[in-house]
Amino acid sequence: MRPILMKGHERPLTFLKYNREGDLLFSCAKDHTPTVWFADNGERLGTYRGHNGAVWCCDVSRDSTRLITGSADQTAKLWNVQTGTQLYTFNFGSPTRSVDFSIGDKLAVITTDPFMELTSAIHVKRIARDPSDQTGESVLTIKGPQGRINRAIWGPLNRTIISAGEDAVTRVWDTETGKLINESDKESGHQKTVTSLAKSADWSHFLTGSLDKSAKLWDTRTLTLVKTYVTERPVNAVAMSPLLDHVVIGGGQEASHVTTTDRRAGKFEAKFFHKILQEEIGGVKGHFGPINALAFNPDGRSFSSGGEDGYVRLHHFDPDYFNIKM
Amino acid sequence: MAMAFDRPASATIQNPPHSNKIRWGELDEDDGEDLDFLLPPRMVIGPDENGVKKVIEYKFNNEGNKVKITTTTRIRKLAKARLSKSAVERRSWAKFGDAVHEELGSRLTMVSTEEILLERPRAPGSKAEETKVAGDPLASIAKGGAVLMVCRTCGKKGDHWTSKCPYKDLAVQPESFIDKPSASETTVAAAGTSKSTTYVPPTLRGGGDRSGTDMKRRNEENSVRVTNLSEDTREPDLLELFRTFGPVSRVYVAVDQKTGVSRGFGFVNFVNKEDAERAINKLNGYGYDNLILRVEWATPRSN
Repeated sequence: MRPILMKGHERPLTFLKYNREGDLLFSCAKDHTPTVWFADNGERLGTYRGHNGAVWCCDVSRDSTRLITGSADQTAKLWNVQTGTQLYTFNFGSPTRSVDFSIGDKLAVITTDPFMELTSAIHVKRIARDPSDQTGESVLTIKGPQGRINRAIWGPLNRTIISAGEDAVTRVWDTETGKLINESDKESGHQKTVTSLAKSADWSHFLTGSLDKSAKLWDTRTLTLVKTYVTERPVNAVAMSPLLDHVVIGGGQEASHVTTTDRRAGKFEAKFFHKILQEEIGGVKGHFGPINALAFNPDGRSFSSGGEDGYVRLHHFDPDYFNIKM
Repeated sequence: MAMAFDRPASATIQNPPHSNKIRWGELDEDDGEDLDFLLPPRMVIGPDENGVKKVIEYKFNNEGNKVKITTTTRIRKLAKARLSKSAVERRSWAKFGDAVHEELGSRLTMVSTEEILLERPRAPGSKAEETKVAGDPLASIAKGGAVLMVCRTCGKKGDHWTSKCPYKDLAVQPESFIDKPSASETTVAAAGTSKSTTYVPPTLRGGGDRSGTDMKRRNEENSVRVTNLSEDTREPDLLELFRTFGPVSRVYVAVDQKTGVSRGFGFVNFVNKEDAERAINKLNGYGYDNLILRVEWATPRSN
């Protein structure tokens, strides 16, 4: 493969997201400016200026007209994807960490970090079709988990919200009542902070990645642990292929390996695992720093990775990727 | 017939106006390039399944030699974008934010120069082997004898000759021969038992001075006397002649100091006795510089 390197960010990448049609790629970084790129050739389309802090997460609506971003400046902002203008700002008392549009784009779930006296919380906001009608009212606020919530996403049919964070527990909340329905088992679950979450295309299962150097696959309905993928490095980002039974795990580096052996630069790799066999398929090297973000194009024919080095690497798979036999 | 090529010096083609045919006698040297019809035609091997296209052209270069130029190009499609209608529309959106002032030469987006592969995991065995080999190049002294091939540099048996040792520059052979005569003894003995194409460091080849007395004594035993040499034969000539049989540690040609001519004889010291023997067998009676050489053992006692 000849990855396309996109150096639009001055600071480490935090999140990557493709739009539903797979022609746009949104990247968030610690440099306050989310950027949108064309997903086929990596050409930059535009940047969204307005945040005053690191942008941790973003999501794009199904019709690719609205973008929501969550930032450390204690706001979440709604943007017009095409023009880059700000449509609305949600203000919070603490840095926002994760944002996600619901199915139908009428609601959005936003998580906030613990800050001073505030504990971490999950907020559900209504998104108006017309930006002028937009209010900052919360439909629902969920509190409970200790520590930071790193990621919260909508469950199937918006009936549930799934969250995971620093306390290593994955939780399922009911949207109607705001009550906790299910919790991942402490023993079989992650042992350290869960950093990332990725859902399957049909929502039947989802993947969590954690600093305990593993990624785990869970059944959505029952929250039972289905598969575990073990790596040698703390996991910062996970992604699932919509086309093949592959999962990709990206992470940092084992501290003890930092200065030994391999003198080549660009050796941080995104590891491919077979989803069902749990075996490593291979790795794609290239990043000069730990990988913080991974995303698959919805057509499954390309993927991108964002690293601590500020680069986004867009890979279009070679034809033999689709013929890999285990 | 296409005559499109770059001509360095002379620009005009002296074509006789009355006929198109080129007459040999009227051609200048430079006009030799006109003989394109002698060259095979340009071939284009179209893009194959990997997108590789080859163009083979033949030219005469400046010296008039026929030159084959093969240009290999690879056309890759990075991706096939099947865009929906709205996606096509988005393609024509105006740039906004920081992208507004983007010059065409801005190197924000680049295709990687390196080909990155999805590297399949290697079996743990293979990796361990690599490090082991690199780790001990000067492992053990040659055990010699039992195995056919022994490399004195890295001590590996059965893999390569010392002269072919990939680690030959890592070895500190010359010093070791001088400092540790016992060690050198064993290695030379090992060399003696192994085949003749063993590596001899430069200090031990003919003409060098060594401080190792053991070496000298042994080499005197492999001494070969050469007689009936011509007047102008000198050491380098003897060396040239005898080195094909094996490493030569010393050559000497007796020269009359007054006249400067060779006294007609000389001595060649081989490192290995077998080499000396073969040299004697082969070169005795050999015609060299219009004289028949006489090659024999230098001292009466040989084997």
